[in-house]
Amino acid sequence: MKTDIKLSGVGGQGILSIATVIGQAATASGINLKQAEVHGMSQRGGDVQSDLRLSTEEIFSDQIPLGGADLIISMEPMEALRYLPYLSADGVIVTSSKPFVNIPNYPDENALMEELGRYTVHSLDIENIALSIQAPKSANMVLLGMAAKYIGIISEQDLKEAIRAVFSRKGEKVVEDNIKAFEKGYESIQ
Amino acid sequence: MKEKRLLLGDEAIALGAIYSGLSGVYAYPGTPSTEITEFIQNDPLAKERGIRSRWCTNEKTAMEAALGMSYAGKRAMVCMKHVGMNVCADAFVNSAITGVNGGIVVIAADDPSMHSSQNEQDSRFYGKFAMIPIIEPSNQQECFDCMAHAFELSEKLRLPVLLRMVTRLAHSRAAVNIGVPCQQNCLKPDDERGRWVLLPGNARKQYDSLISKQPEIESCALESPYNRLELGKEGGTGVIASGIGYNYVKEASPEGISILKLSQYPIPKEEVKKLSSHCSDIVVVEDGQPFIEEQLKAILAADYPISGRLTGRLPRTGELNPDNVTAAFGKTSSAVYQKAVNISPRPPQLCQGCGHRDVYTALNKVLEEYPTARVFGDIGCYTLGALPPFRAIDSCVDMGASITMAKGAADAGLYPAIAVIGDSTFTHSGMTSLLDAVNDNSPITVILSDNLTTAMTGGQNSAGTHKFEAICLALGVEREHLHVVVPLPKNMDSITETIRREIDYKGVSVIIPQRECMQTLSRKMRAKKNSTK
Repeated sequence: MKTDIKLSGVGGQGILSIATVIGQAATASGINLKQAEVHGMSQRGGDVQSDLRLSTEEIFSDQIPLGGADLIISMEPMEALRYLPYLSADGVIVTSSKPFVNIPNYPDENALMEELGRYTVHSLDIENIALSIQAPKSANMVLLGMAAKYIGIISEQDLKEAIRAVFSRKGEKVVEDNIKAFEKGYESIQ
Repeated sequence: MKEKRLLLGDEAIALGAIYSGLSGVYAYPGTPSTEITEFIQNDPLAKERGIRSRWCTNEKTAMEAALGMSYAGKRAMVCMKHVGMNVCADAFVNSAITGVNGGIVVIAADDPSMHSSQNEQDSRFYGKFAMIPIIEPSNQQECFDCMAHAFELSEKLRLPVLLRMVTRLAHSRAAVNIGVPCQQNCLKPDDERGRWVLLPGNARKQYDSLISKQPEIESCALESPYNRLELGKEGGTGVIASGIGYNYVKEASPEGISILKLSQYPIPKEEVKKLSSHCSDIVVVEDGQPFIEEQLKAILAADYPISGRLTGRLPRTGELNPDNVTAAFGKTSSAVYQKAVNISPRPPQLCQGCGHRDVYTALNKVLEEYPTARVFGDIGCYTLGALPPFRAIDSCVDMGASITMAKGAADAGLYPAIAVIGDSTFTHSGMTSLLDAVNDNSPITVILSDNLTTAMTGGQNSAGTHKFEAICLALGVEREHLHVVVPLPKNMDSITETIRREIDYKGVSVIIPQRECMQTLSRKMRAKKNSTK
């Protein structure tokens, strides 16, 4: 059994925290994992992506092949579309619906959302949801909650345990905010 | 039970080195190598053992200091990105002539596809050039394990060992089994002066000794636990897969092939011959340049069929990936959905509020009055000034080239010739350039944009912080042509006036716009806020 996930977003949006939580959950439950990140210049407001591969078998390549991703998790709608050639035939896109516009030639938003809508996509204004539960910094955990249903190889419960483990050093309030955000996201996909 | 940790390839190397009894790491930050040294700087065992880990001024000072630690009997590691090898090449190549006392492992992190670099040179050529063993791990576990092996090999052969990484392994995480740390070496300086004083008479002997070690180095590669021959169908295709190339071959899993997994050099010729006699042809799958493929021609018969990057079976440039390796074995790429329509490139950019922005705004404003001006840039965040909206620089070549290229262009009669260089790049390789310019009284204007950190690689300490005025004066820049300004929009008039005045001065002037990097500043403020909570 395997789940290949493409994580995407804009530098600074927190996609690596999502990767850390999934990585923690995978390690705790004895699932093999490889997670390739891009560091360096691309952090500065540019596009960032990470390949996350989970499997009960040995994983060789650090990168996901074209057409291989079971899931695209994106903090930004255009960045979700960027990795379309990596999505598998029955792959799912889980994304924030709110564009992050820091370039002059950002595409027309209606056209963008229309194009996204042609695929199996779950999009929500995750920042707004995070705000509504007074956890503005936990938008990425709302997104992870939305994606949880599709990360078949790891249970929802294991992901929550991982959130506790990853954020525990930042205090109980941060842990609770993130768990609440995760649950909000998870509930939205029932 | 063994401890398991989730580690980046870089971190696995760092922890592997600490567990191998490392006493010092010497490095200059550079993507994708930076995380190795950062890990050691923060590791509790490294702290407990007092492992020396502060950033060095450049890769050459790093290599030489490591050689000194080795001379004294202890194990040292040098880390850099691939182009850093060019900077330390003098010390690196000669360290193979002196040989080592305590083990030395040099980590060169290559960047095929140039994710964050200006070329994709393959560091394995440096290892062959210096005639020393090269190790190229295939996965994170090998990164950890091979460090102990590399240090033992280094001390056994009394030679430095080169370890070659690539971006995809350096920056990819996987679970790694951790063993038990071994002790550090004791202080035991080398007494053989003849090895270390490379006067021609001694150097010739040392070079002969290096040559005579070559068969032993090759037999170490033959017996290496990281090289492995996996024989498949007789008369089928053979693959030589080095480093992470092996993973892509396994992922593609072509039927019936035989694989020589190669992670330690020099190329073990016997294994290659075994593979060739078992197979009908050989495909070479290596990340970077065709290092193995070129050498095979000298090992196998002239008409033996070899393919790889040179023959076009794999792309000549760029990194390997599961798609191009799969395609090399006749399977087609399997994208289901085509590229989306509604996407635009999102290049990296200077942060909002960054001082470099104000520097370029001021410079562009002044240069409207000087249409013949050229701006020679350098390596750092401020290279992004080449992109819109600034489009402010005309060149960016190598660390420190801004000042010396401006000087050379001024020598040719170009005016105004302006250099833009960052603080860390200036101490890395710009100080000697400035001395040349001062000695020739070259009519150049140097903008030393000081953000008090090595920003592009994530905010490491910068070697010259708070010393730049003193350095420039000591190199002979005249007091009245050395200015420190604060790059903020409110100071724009006085900054533009200073730039204009110094362009009009026909000698060396240095303007230092000085304001802390937004990233390191906000990190400090967050830390302060958390500590007062």
